[in-house]
Order: sequence, then C-alpha cells, then structure tokens
Amino acid sequence: MNLSLVIELTILALAIFLGFEVISKVPAMLHTPLMSGTNFIHGIVIVGAIIVLGEANDSFLKVIGFVAMTLATANVVGGWFVTDRMLEMFKKRPEPKKESTET
Amino acid sequence: MIALISPGSNLIGLLYLVTIICFIFALRFLSSPKHARRGNWIGGVGMVIAISSTLLLDGIGNWALLVVAALIGTAVGLVGARKVKMTAMPQMVALFNGVGGGAAALVALAEFHIATGGLATTASVSTVLSALIGSISFAGSLVAFGKLQELVSGRPITFPGQNIFNVAVLLGTVALGVSLVAGVHDQWVLWLLVALALLFGVLFVLPIGGADMPVVISLLNAFTGLAASATGFVLSNTVLIVAGMLVGASGTMLTLLMAKAMNRSVTNVLFGAFGQVQAGAGTGMRTDDGRTVRATTPEDVAVQLSFARKVVIVPGYGMAVAQAQHDVRQLAELLEEKGVDVQYAIHPVAGRMPGHMNVLLAEANVPYDALKEMDEINPEFPQTDVALVIGANDVTNPAARHDTSSPIYGMPILDVDKAASVIVMKRSMNPGFAGIDNELYLEPQTTMLFGDAKDSVVKLIAAVKQT
Repeated sequence: MNLSLVIELTILALAIFLGFEVISKVPAMLHTPLMSGTNFIHGIVIVGAIIVLGEANDSFLKVIGFVAMTLATANVVGGWFVTDRMLEMFKKRPEPKKESTET
Repeated sequence: MIALISPGSNLIGLLYLVTIICFIFALRFLSSPKHARRGNWIGGVGMVIAISSTLLLDGIGNWALLVVAALIGTAVGLVGARKVKMTAMPQMVALFNGVGGGAAALVALAEFHIATGGLATTASVSTVLSALIGSISFAGSLVAFGKLQELVSGRPITFPGQNIFNVAVLLGTVALGVSLVAGVHDQWVLWLLVALALLFGVLFVLPIGGADMPVVISLLNAFTGLAASATGFVLSNTVLIVAGMLVGASGTMLTLLMAKAMNRSVTNVLFGAFGQVQAGAGTGMRTDDGRTVRATTPEDVAVQLSFARKVVIVPGYGMAVAQAQHDVRQLAELLEEKGVDVQYAIHPVAGRMPGHMNVLLAEANVPYDALKEMDEINPEFPQTDVALVIGANDVTNPAARHDTSSPIYGMPILDVDKAASVIVMKRSMNPGFAGIDNELYLEPQTTMLFGDAKDSVVKLIAAVKQT
C-alpha cells in the first residue's frame, strides 16, 4: 500500500463521518431538496468525464467520454437548477395573522 | 488551449479543496429553509471551480467534443429542471441518480481501456466497484423512473425463484469482479460485468412496490455517490472521493430514516416484496362487523370546519395527484380568517420521496412554519376538533398500531383517529398504494367526503364562504 492510497482512505473515512454529521442537521422538511442537492453534488463525476474525454486518443474513448460528459453535465445542470427552483418556494408565514404556537 | 495546471501540481489539489469546502457549506446551509438557497449557490460556485480547474489541466484536449457534450447535457438538464412538475420530483431525482451512476460507470470503463498493461490492485478494485455500482444505479434508477412515471406497473413485479435468481446474478457479477481484481485483464470480462450489473439493477427494483419508492430512491442516491467516490480512487482524485462519499452518507442515512418511518428493515423492503403480504390481505372493505362507512356533504363539512377551534389537515399523495394543493391552501387561509387554528400534519413517507409533501405544499405557498412533522403533531390530535384527511391513506391507518396481521403493522402513523372528528376526502373506497384496507373509515367519528380532491375542496371553499 503506498502513501497516497493511505491518505485517500483516511480522507474517505473522514468524509463518511462528516457526511453523517452534516446531514443529520437537515430537517425532514428539506429532505427532498437534500436529495436533489446531493444529486447535484454527485454530478462532480463530471470531473472524471472531462479527464476521460479531454485525454481521449482513440475513438472508443471518445465515444465513452462523450456520453459520460453529456450525462454528467445533465446531472450537474439539472440537479442544480431543480434544487434552486425548489428552495425558492420555501417561505415563512408573511405576517402573523394571529399569535399561534411558535416553533 | 494553454494548459495552466499540471496534473501532479498542488494547485489543482487546493482548488479541489475549495470545492469540497463549498459542498460542505451547501449541505450545512440546508439545515434551515432560511438560508438553504444560498447554500445551493455556494455549492454551484464549488462545482464551477472544480470544472474550470479540471479543464485547465495539462493534456486536456478534444475541445469541440467537450463543448458539444456539455451543450447537449446543459440543454437536457435545463429543460428537465424547468419543466418538471413538483409531483414528478421523485422521477427527476431518480433520473439524475441514473445519469450520474451511468457517467461513473463509463469513466471506469474508459480507465480500464486506457490501462492496457493491467491495473494495480487498488485501481482495479475501484474500477470494478465504480463500474458495478454505477451500472446498478443506472439501470435501477431507470426502472424506478419507469415505475414512478407509470411506464412500468407500480405494483411489485414478481416471479417464482426471484430472490434466488437475483442473488445468482449478483454473485456472478461479483465473481467477475474478483477475477478482474485477481489479474484478468480482458475488456470483455468488464463488459460482461457491466451487463450483469445492469441486469441486477433492473431485477432489484422491479419487485419493489410503489409505496416503498422513498427507500429505493434514497438507496440509489447513495449508490451513485459511492460509484462517484470509487471513480475518485480510480483517478486518484480527492474531490470525487469526498463529494461522492458525502452523497453516499446522505443517501444511506435517508434510506435508514425512510425504512424506520415504515418500521421495516432495508432488507425487507428490497427483498420482502410488499406484494406477497398484500396478496394475503383482503381487497374489499370488510364491513362484516356491522360498522359501515358514512358519507357526508361539503356543506356539512364546511360547518364543522368553520366552527372548529383547531383543524389539522393531513395531506397525502392523492391531494398532489388531484393538484389540489393551491385550493387546500386557500381553504386553510379562509378558515384562519375565521379564527380557526390550522396546521398541516406531514408523515415522513407522505409522497413518493423523503420530504416530498413539504415541497408540494411549499409550491402552493403554504408557509413552512405551518407544516408539522409527525412527532410534533401527534400529541395535538386529542385536542383537535377536525382532522381533514385529503388523499392520504396508509399513513392514517390505525391497524398499524394493533393489527399484527396487517402488512403495515408497526409503522408509525399519524394519530388522526384521536381527533374529535375525522373527515376523509377520497375519490373512492379503493385501498391505497400499499393495497390495504383502512379501518379508520369505519370509526364512528369518521365521515367520508367522496369525489376528486380538487372538486371537493373547491366546493368546500364555496360552502365555507357561505357559513
């Protein structure tokens, strides 16, 4: 096992704990935006697609890379916009019509 | 194009670190609807940084192809994100899971192709994992999409020996993966692995009933995250490892939460096929114990609502299908003007994905502080004058509390039956998505208002205005 792999595994382990920690703070009300938001984040696979297509030197790699790039872009763009569209809708009560139990 | 960053330099790693921090803030800001939107913007900035710094890497070419692919992807993503109805959100999320998983699997295939001389063990393990999980996620998501979009039957699709067959397919896939790690370096072995993984993806989602979709979608979300993370190991790319894992953790957590909200284990959801239990349960309404269902009229309901002190609205997917959210909000506002305390009770699995009902109501301009989660609202039902159940079914079924033979036994439910009076708005006496009868309808305090949810609510609004 080389050093860089050990470092990568360390990062992975920390990311798991960090992930659970951060996500446990998200209220159930926002679970759908959380899913589409994380959907957007896994669009980061676009970085892999760019590397494959950008460095492709034969037609097989170009085809694979092209499809991967298209899918990943759709993932990033769609994931972000749909999350933004959803979050825009969440609004608080404009002015209290009457004093109800505060949460 | 001038390459500004060499692949081995520290600069790229630092830029990726900035992206990772942006993503963490994006998730952190989701802790409250107040600043959640800002968080998404921060995440967007992070993504732009990661993409542009990758494009500046030394050795990146094929610009024409990159641009065309990006344009197609952007067009598809934009149109999808703009056009999608909020009711169709689960399909959309399933689709994005699928394309992300597909992209991860393709990157793995490409890296395997490049490494003609064979891969080091780590690289081969991660390539296999990325191809395997990515393919399962891709195929599974497409089936989930098909089910939610009703292109494929939402009912569980089963055949004899299904579980054994599925396990055999999975074992075959894993065996191929092991042989690849052990040093077999044949392109076709990996292709076969991908083919089997795709088959498994289809097989594992097919038998899952529509009511279990929230669990499946969360799980597929986790899968795509894990696939992206594995791709990160293939490419020794930290931003992929961390971002993928954040999604993996989030998806896993939501999967467990959803399973808990239905009082079932994840294994049971995936391999138990709700359908088998359901086949044993009755399909018609059991009225043999002498209790009958009582129907009511909008006028009666309007009077009850107008003179109530506290009304709790229990929205279900039926309300969303009828597109009645906006009218429900109007009705609630009308009642509030009359001094009635109106709240919404949201069950964790209301809708077709975690948190789905909240989004649907937010779209209808219902303020989010009026939405109460199950644990918060349940103690309030005994003080509630009228519980108005609109298109919700299984999540209100008291059988879940006491009937050990019921398929939903043990599932936490909204205690609607504890309210002084219950009005159920329903299209017909057909059982809900899980295919089970609801004994709430036979309770003495329950009356039924039959008809399309939207029509009924519109009639209610008119009647409330009269009173």
